[in-house]
Amino acid sequence: MSEPALLARGVFKSFGGLKAVQDFSLELPVGALRGLIGPNGAGKTTVFNLLTGVYRPDAGEVRLAGAEISGLRPSRIAAMGMARTFQNIRLFGELSVLDNVKLACHVRSRQSLAGAILRSPFSRGEERAIEERAVQLLSLFGLADRAQEQGKNLPYGEQRRLEIARALATTPRVLLLDEPAAGMNPQEKIELRALIRRVREEFGVSILLIEHDMGLVMDICERITVLDHGQVIFVGTPDEVQSDKKVIEAYLGVAEEAPSA
Amino acid sequence: MAFDLTSRARELRPSAAPALARGLTPFALCVAFAVLMQLAVKPAVDAYTARLLLDIGTNIVLAVSLTMVNGFTGQFSMGHAGFLAVGGYVAATVMYYGSLRLWGNAEMAGGMLSSMPIKPQPGRSPFSPGDVLFLCSLVAGGLVSGVFGILVGLPSLRLRGDYLAIVTLGFGEIVRVTIQQTGPVIKDAATARATPWPELFTRVGGSLGFSGPPPYTSLFWAFLAATLTVLVAIRLKRSTFGRAFLSIREDEIASEAMGVNTVRYKVEAFVISAFFAGIAGGLYAHTLGVGLSPQAAGFQKSFDIIIMVVLGGLGSVSGAVIAAVVLTLLPEYLRELSNYRMIVFSLALILMMIFRPQGLLGVRELWDAALWRPIARRFGKGGAG
Repeated sequence: MSEPALLARGVFKSFGGLKAVQDFSLELPVGALRGLIGPNGAGKTTVFNLLTGVYRPDAGEVRLAGAEISGLRPSRIAAMGMARTFQNIRLFGELSVLDNVKLACHVRSRQSLAGAILRSPFSRGEERAIEERAVQLLSLFGLADRAQEQGKNLPYGEQRRLEIARALATTPRVLLLDEPAAGMNPQEKIELRALIRRVREEFGVSILLIEHDMGLVMDICERITVLDHGQVIFVGTPDEVQSDKKVIEAYLGVAEEAPSA
Repeated sequence: MAFDLTSRARELRPSAAPALARGLTPFALCVAFAVLMQLAVKPAVDAYTARLLLDIGTNIVLAVSLTMVNGFTGQFSMGHAGFLAVGGYVAATVMYYGSLRLWGNAEMAGGMLSSMPIKPQPGRSPFSPGDVLFLCSLVAGGLVSGVFGILVGLPSLRLRGDYLAIVTLGFGEIVRVTIQQTGPVIKDAATARATPWPELFTRVGGSLGFSGPPPYTSLFWAFLAATLTVLVAIRLKRSTFGRAFLSIREDEIASEAMGVNTVRYKVEAFVISAFFAGIAGGLYAHTLGVGLSPQAAGFQKSFDIIIMVVLGGLGSVSGAVIAAVVLTLLPEYLRELSNYRMIVFSLALILMMIFRPQGLLGVRELWDAALWRPIARRFGKGGAG
């Protein structure tokens, strides 16, 4: 059996007295597309921060393609093949759209500082390759004509797309998407659905998706992990999730006795 | 199939010879420009103008080097003068005691390229042994300053914002106070020869200042350093490293998530910046009429450099150059206003902060099309379009 793209086992994290994440486990097989859902404050983004190294887990292990990554710097984890987008968009606002994507290619760069200053033949070749790659990604995401604009000047939906393009520029194995549909209009959401599917096929990445738009999650995810109060309360297919009593309680609260009509 | 940047880079690599030539030509142009300044411009202008030009050159090195830290990576360093002083004192020690030990005196013995006050004499070689020693002393000053950059940067660049500013400010003060504790300068060659080098570095005049370094700094050296600093800064900014630096300033968390080791790149930028500040220190120490003193490391000097960087636009190399030129000339032109000139100077800065807080050019360069777009728009169709 091959190693899962991403594996988390028994991950704990507390902030002072707040147990943000307790005994979180997840297995993301190679090429899978999974959802991570839960009510507001359930700890979804904290899980992303634990997986990407922004926070260090108090206990537990996280493996990326078999290699232990918990406790490493986020940049090291990114170099090993983890990329993410942010719930509250974090673009490099002053930089051009093109440079946002080109920067993300840096992690695969092999040129030296001296090579860059002297403009060695290899560094020239690499800059060309980075430019070519960035332009390709921007056209795939329909942002090619925006290349020279500043990141901060894009409309919201395009900023979200740019974040995904930027994450893919790091050539990841695993892509973590944190609410990519937030703030998008219905038309953009439909396009996003197709885009995520396409990204998985063309880039061969395994995707973990946090999303509040249930239509989107139920439609594209094969399996879904449900989080509530920092704990995994259910793992299953979209159909199973929708009919599970615990999940419904977590979202809607415990049903009281129906008032007699 | 996963994309492999390195193999694609090899496919797109241009053929070696022309690419190398294109890579190195600008360096040759820097040397040519510096020679031109010395041999063509200097004889054509009076001594006062030549001296202003020289100060402009040194200030360009200082402003552009600080741009790499405060502008590119967005880390607010306030101890740039500390690196200036380290480089200046190291270079002055190497040059002064080196001359004393090699030639028995520390007179200025440079060739045509080094002569600043003295008119070049016909038949004098363009490059003398003194010039070679001067070049070595500048590089030594830069390297030692760069090492100090590692020592200060590694622990302190983990701090952010105000804390980093305080630590770097403290560094400058430490350098200043340390230099004040040094011993008197040795004047005669015999004693200098008998004293080991490590001790010579402690005999740099204390709070009285280091008098004696021969005035080698000329328009050639100042503009060689200035053009090389600008070239390196621009090439860095336009490379993948420059994007890494700028991404740190834009959003450190996102930068890390994209695989940029933010601590490593902050230290790298800091060290490169310290290296060039050290070179500027060497130029400063050997400028005629400048008395090298511990005050060179003081925060007043650091502020002067910060003002240039902020005025030019944080992150803009050409902006820093323009600001260095303007802020070197402005106090001179305001000299007639005598005591009021500092008021006018401050007012100009305050107005700048109100009407263009991002600085003259922001993060952009003079030649960026995006810089001119709003201006062209304002002047309508009649403008550049």
